[in-house]
Amino acid sequence: MLPGDPIGLYARGRNQDPEQLVELRRALNKPLLEQFLTYLRNPFDSTIDSTRFSRPVWEMIGERLWPTLLLLGTAILLASIIGIWIGIRAGWKPGGRFDRISTGTTLILYSMPEFWLGMMLLIVFSVGAFGIPGMFPVGGISTPGVDTSSPMGWLNVLWHLVLPCTTLVLIYLADYALVMRSSLIDERKQEYLTLARAKGLRDAMVRKRHAVPNALLPTVTLIFLSLGFVVTGAITVETVFSWPGLGLLTYEALRGPDIPLLQAIFLMFSIAVIVANLIAELLYVVFDPRVRS
Amino acid sequence: MSIAAQRRRKSFAQFANSFRQDRTGMTGLVILVIFIATAILAPILIPDSALDVTKADGGRFESPSFSYPLGTDEVGRSILLMLAWGTRISLTVGLAATLISMVIGTSFGIMAGHFRGVGSQALVGVTDWFLVIPFLPLAIVLATVLGPSTLNLIIVIGITSWAGTARLIRAQTLSIEGRPYLERSKALGAGNWYQMSRHVLPNVFPLVLANTTLTVAIVILSETTLSFLGLGDPQAPSWGALLDRAFSSGAVSRGAWWYVLPPGICVVLVVLAFTLVGRAMERIVDPRRAS
Repeated sequence: MLPGDPIGLYARGRNQDPEQLVELRRALNKPLLEQFLTYLRNPFDSTIDSTRFSRPVWEMIGERLWPTLLLLGTAILLASIIGIWIGIRAGWKPGGRFDRISTGTTLILYSMPEFWLGMMLLIVFSVGAFGIPGMFPVGGISTPGVDTSSPMGWLNVLWHLVLPCTTLVLIYLADYALVMRSSLIDERKQEYLTLARAKGLRDAMVRKRHAVPNALLPTVTLIFLSLGFVVTGAITVETVFSWPGLGLLTYEALRGPDIPLLQAIFLMFSIAVIVANLIAELLYVVFDPRVRS
Repeated sequence: MSIAAQRRRKSFAQFANSFRQDRTGMTGLVILVIFIATAILAPILIPDSALDVTKADGGRFESPSFSYPLGTDEVGRSILLMLAWGTRISLTVGLAATLISMVIGTSFGIMAGHFRGVGSQALVGVTDWFLVIPFLPLAIVLATVLGPSTLNLIIVIGITSWAGTARLIRAQTLSIEGRPYLERSKALGAGNWYQMSRHVLPNVFPLVLANTTLTVAIVILSETTLSFLGLGDPQAPSWGALLDRAFSSGAVSRGAWWYVLPPGICVVLVVLAFTLVGRAMERIVDPRRAS
């Protein structure tokens, strides 16, 4: 199915024995069914090598997994807290001043390519422009030579985390805030809120105890369902900040192009998204007793 | 003029009237008209040589000045002129990919809503698969396999972004299927094709149009991302490709903000404009959903 010459790609820049190449070509001329079975088995084979780095692909993915989890985990956590807070304030008084300003801002953030925001933050805060001195590192996860297991090393990693994390938080929170806002607006029309007010509850209590818990449901599910979208941000933002995670590995694999590595990464991302979808379904049942029956 | 045509003309006039009263929608429309005019006029106003590396007459990474209002790139070409050409490519890719996405999405949606049984379930299954699978990794794999060119970029984005539309159109089709005029046409012996093309399609069409403008916004963002990753035509200076060049030529570490800022602003403006127009159309066509 793939056009291009995989053997040529594999042998590029090395001294390959011509007989070995003939051997490899013969492997490609095997019956299609046999090739398909190999294709299905390959991702689970721990000895498959990347064509560009000549190392087992799963070993490389294992190394790159933790930086990505650190970056995305922090970003999603912060974005959901801030996004939900903005959504609640905006959705409780739709059309108010806070709502108009925050909806405008979130719509603009929503229209932004995340890597562009990252590049602009880099220019302004780490290179220094418009009179602002450069304060943050230009990339990487830690300063070379710093021991990342010591407390100072941790601070060093945090310092490197600030800009890429800020970029992702700004982009993700736009989505969360818009959904939280619209689900709270839907909730405002419900009769149980009128009842809560009739009981004499203060406005803040009606919001905190009655409206928000119900409006949170769709938002929490969305946070898990948005993982496919989160992956997109990780690939480009990690590239811009040379953050050594799976996203940067994708970019490196693309420049090859390194097909075995790309295939493994794609499989990895798909598994992550499907697991996140499953968690979303299960959480919904935990949070909303109404769907249990 | 037939009665149907008269009725259509009247409802279009009503639509245009409501749209004119929508302030955010009109703002979006004005921005779009400016960008579309730039895209159409670019080849008339700007000579081809503006893009030619060998005919570049400015210095490397020159900051904005009178002769180069937005500065120059890494080989000394005017960024303003590249940006104007980029409008043409980004909008073309955006509109063409949206067209593909809309055709696939609408036909899948109508068929999945019209037919019953295994076939319909299979269509829904395929749609759900495309909804769940992460867009960028799939698009990357497809684009790598097909090779970098503008046409391939259009195809890749088109066939990865239709699932949301299909789901929306299916829901609308299901609600139309229950209406008496479809029962009447079935009783008179109308075939599946006739029912879908003459009764269902005209009824879902306003929704398709509103959804189209929202899809263009997402598609233009996708184009920017894929071009930034080097998956577009390396010769065509789309906005994403400009950002890719800026990034790989080291404009960021030089602090050359005039190379990075303008393409991003253009993307934000166009995406925002399409979103505003789309939301305004949705408010008019389907007030229940948009509330």
